Amino acid sequence: MSNGTTSESGRILAVTSGKGGVGKTFVSANLAAALAARGERVLVLDADLGLANLDVVLNLFPKVTLHDVLTGRIACSGLVEYSRLTPQVRDQLSEIILQLVPRFDRILLDTGAGISDVVLHAVSLADEVLVVVTPEPTSMTDAYATIKVLATLQKRRHVRLVVNQVSAAGEGRTIRNQLQLVVDRFVAPQLKAEGDSVPLVLELLGEIPIDPAVREAVGKRALLLVTMPGAPAATALTAAAARLAG
Amino acid sequence: MPPPTDSTKSDSQALNLDAALQLLEQSGHPLPRLRDTGKAAWLQAVIDGLCELSSRDPLTGLANRRHFELMLAGEVDRVARAGEPALVLMIDIDHFKKVNDAHGHPAGDEVLKHVAHTLSDCIRPMDTVARFGGEEFAMILPNCPPSFAHAVAERIRIRIQSMTIPIAAGETVRVTVSLGGAFAPQWVRSSPLLWVERADQQLYRAKAEGRDRACLEQPAVSFVSPEEKGLLFGTSQFQDLLS
Repeated sequence: MSNGTTSESGRILAVTSGKGGVGKTFVSANLAAALAARGERVLVLDADLGLANLDVVLNLFPKVTLHDVLTGRIACSGLVEYSRLTPQVRDQLSEIILQLVPRFDRILLDTGAGISDVVLHAVSLADEVLVVVTPEPTSMTDAYATIKVLATLQKRRHVRLVVNQVSAAGEGRTIRNQLQLVVDRFVAPQLKAEGDSVPLVLELLGEIPIDPAVREAVGKRALLLVTMPGAPAATALTAAAARLAG
Repeated sequence: MPPPTDSTKSDSQALNLDAALQLLEQSGHPLPRLRDTGKAAWLQAVIDGLCELSSRDPLTGLANRRHFELMLAGEVDRVARAGEPALVLMIDIDHFKKVNDAHGHPAGDEVLKHVAHTLSDCIRPMDTVARFGGEEFAMILPNCPPSFAHAVAERIRIRIQSMTIPIAAGETVRVTVSLGGAFAPQWVRSSPLLWVERADQQLYRAKAEGRDRACLEQPAVSFVSPEEKGLLFGTSQFQDLLS
């Protein structure tokens, strides 16, 4: 499977998590806002066919879901009825994303909880992957499982991490190191046995502190970066966007 | 549900439910009480009866393929959210055509009924067993860890193998089954279609390898072993998160 669609202009970043409820959509939306504030033309594409809720977070933000595209509310060539991943949907996804790529500097694919066949396919079209994780053991376990799937099924060798809801500075780094340790110990030998010696590297893109402003923004269905750009979580997201933009 | 108004009452009385009631009666389904005719509760009972009827296989009484697919779609969602392992088994009677050819179709029907009965006897209350079509059966086993799966499949195979099926006075047959199984990858939402396809591939493998056996797909790579969890949370600063 190829790592990303060769693209002239837009870079595609898949945002995924493993466990639901870790703030993946919150991170996608606000990271996009931070990138837009840097002058990038950003599209957030809701790749969660089942439980799409980006619109709830974004409220008035222009939004395109794959559902829109697939059902024809957004003009793209060829329309299909979808129900999860049919071979038709599989083929159409690549085509749709290819069509959207030239219109933007960056496309964020906000995926569903867990990794569906659709999401795995969508992620395979992305140039880069971002895994959102929280310090909770279940979230870390699921993030690790996700990284393992992406490494083995998609030959990913570079996975970015955003650690959400950290309670102390540096916790994100600790979690990244811990995940890297288990990857080196358990995933790397497996990849090596399959004849692939390129190491799998986890890069910490940012850590976002627990911040009451987040709850407030989500409750208002507003973007944190717009309503409270000075909040600690917003500052952290802006820093993550800067790092992502390089 | 709001109480039926006069208009809904007259509407429901205007409905022609003869065919529906006839179907229910013929299938041995208890009919709604006549004195409630036309009331919302009565209509609901007719609809419930029809739903029940349309989700069962008439010969074996098992869930039919339609109901199986509905349950499977639900399981796909549940697995993706909860990250629990789940198994789909496809079960096919070996050389079923020979039973039909040698003993006639009524004998074949008896075999199907007995196999169905034994399959329902092998499962837990939360499992679903269905007649998928012809002599093929399908099972959904939620929360079935890969380490148990082979034992589960073998138990079914041996139960069927050791069963003597009376097909006529003083006449019995024995049959075997081949089983194919596929796990829903934990945290990986599949489509019901792809999941059954994968189990079917294992069933073909069991047939090709000589029948009367169970073949299971390798569990998915997303499985996180206790050793991996141990290392992930092994350092002291994570001990408190685990307790």
